[in-house]
Amino acid sequence: MRNTQRSQKIAFFFLFLATLLIVVPVGLIVVIIIQKGLPAINWQFLSDIPRQGMRAGGIFPAIIGTFYLVLGAIIFALPIGLLAAIYLSEYAKDNILNRIIKLAIVNLSGVPSVVYGLFGLALFVVFLRFGASILSGSLTLGIMILPIIVTTSREALESVPQSFREVSLSLGASKWQTIRHIVLPNAIPGILTGTILGLGRAAGETAPILFTVAAFYLPQLPKSIFDQAMALPYHLYVISTQVPNVDEKIRYGTALVLLFLVLFMNLVAIIIRYNFRKKKKW
Amino acid sequence: MVKFNAKNLNIWFGQIHALKGVNIEIEANEILSVIGPSNSGKTSFLRMLNRLNELHANFRMSGWLEFDREEIKRINVESLRKRVGMVFALPLPLPLSIFENVAYGVRMHGEKNRGKVAGIVEGALKQAYLWDEVKDRLGVSAFKLSGGQQQRLCIARTLAVAPEVILFDEPCSGLDPISTAKVEEAMLRLKKDYTIVLVTNNVKQAARVGDRTAFFLSGELVELDRTQKLFTAPADRRTDGYIRGEFG
Repeated sequence: MRNTQRSQKIAFFFLFLATLLIVVPVGLIVVIIIQKGLPAINWQFLSDIPRQGMRAGGIFPAIIGTFYLVLGAIIFALPIGLLAAIYLSEYAKDNILNRIIKLAIVNLSGVPSVVYGLFGLALFVVFLRFGASILSGSLTLGIMILPIIVTTSREALESVPQSFREVSLSLGASKWQTIRHIVLPNAIPGILTGTILGLGRAAGETAPILFTVAAFYLPQLPKSIFDQAMALPYHLYVISTQVPNVDEKIRYGTALVLLFLVLFMNLVAIIIRYNFRKKKKW
Repeated sequence: MVKFNAKNLNIWFGQIHALKGVNIEIEANEILSVIGPSNSGKTSFLRMLNRLNELHANFRMSGWLEFDREEIKRINVESLRKRVGMVFALPLPLPLSIFENVAYGVRMHGEKNRGKVAGIVEGALKQAYLWDEVKDRLGVSAFKLSGGQQQRLCIARTLAVAPEVILFDEPCSGLDPISTAKVEEAMLRLKKDYTIVLVTNNVKQAARVGDRTAFFLSGELVELDRTQKLFTAPADRRTDGYIRGEFG
């Protein structure tokens, strides 16, 4: 009896320790970035173009650039990813070919992002002649987050109970009606989770935009999707390593803005998801 | 009139031979009870009648099965399922409101007129003896109802698409005796307008509501007779053993 209790306490201790080990670094990162970056945040920093070789002024073009890139990536990846997920979970027969496809998609999300960058350079920038542009960058980021969206959407669709499908079919609804009216509405929260993960990844990656869109220094806003643009992660890399004597608070301020931009976009998705969950009747 | 006619019907799920050479005729406007221990093939038989077995990836069949003198495979599956409704073992409301649950099938078959849909929903709920209990809260989630109410909602949902046959798959297995009595009462009243096939684990229930009773064992149809005859003087020793509770 004693022993059981002691081993339980030890187990709890280690479980708690592991949780702490995860939470503390994340908390520290956020605290340090806020602490060092907050002094840089003011209206000029958020709304002005970079000045004096990026040592002063603001980061507005980079904010806008990242916003466009993420938006473009989602507009491209969400519909295609969702349709592919519907096919894979609802229509594809369980055979070797489809299993290989599913496995390949899961593994694609582990491919290093710089590989996607090279792929985007070869396909969009060079072969399709989009040049280094928001279009090329968005498509590259979109392809990078497709596997995440397909995999999470597929799991969300498959987690809708089989019994709902059987009931719908037994009432004489067609397969598509069943998917459209029963399966999809109940899978939306899970699909949005995938979208949130994809958003965060697209906003934060540097490598895929390096060759496809990112401008070193471009003190104006993009006018069309065929323009180059600045983007926050790349800008952060540039002012941290390529430009000497940039004030520390500007670097941390940029990181803080990136963090909040991702957080803000996630928040929108989370609110939508929350509203769908509230409507869920089971 | 014969509604369903099966001749030498065999089905398999992968390697499992679930129905073995079943010959059966189901008459219009009768309640046919199907009894048997678990894994006897009675639910597989029921799910043949609305082709729900075909959702199974490794399903195969041989033999003949016709509905209203038309081979079942040749009937468009959606219109077959509209004509042959099903009530499942557990109450399975869709994740919609009470109203939308009943309206679902109607809407899927293309009825857009709101007044018409509302009329059908009200009629179906009345037929299932649920209207009085839910008429003031049609907009709430169907999951807010009790188990027995949910099962009657499922009956109403099936009735709303105006089927000719209703398949009941152990509809009372999750219900208390009072709810069971209400569902049985509904079944008996529905008999004059519908053909009913009732799969049940409860031998007494089969005796109470069935006009005829079929006994399945290990995928074979052992005996089929008028309920009174089957329960008082079964022809087969295995039937006798089962209804006396020697195995089950």
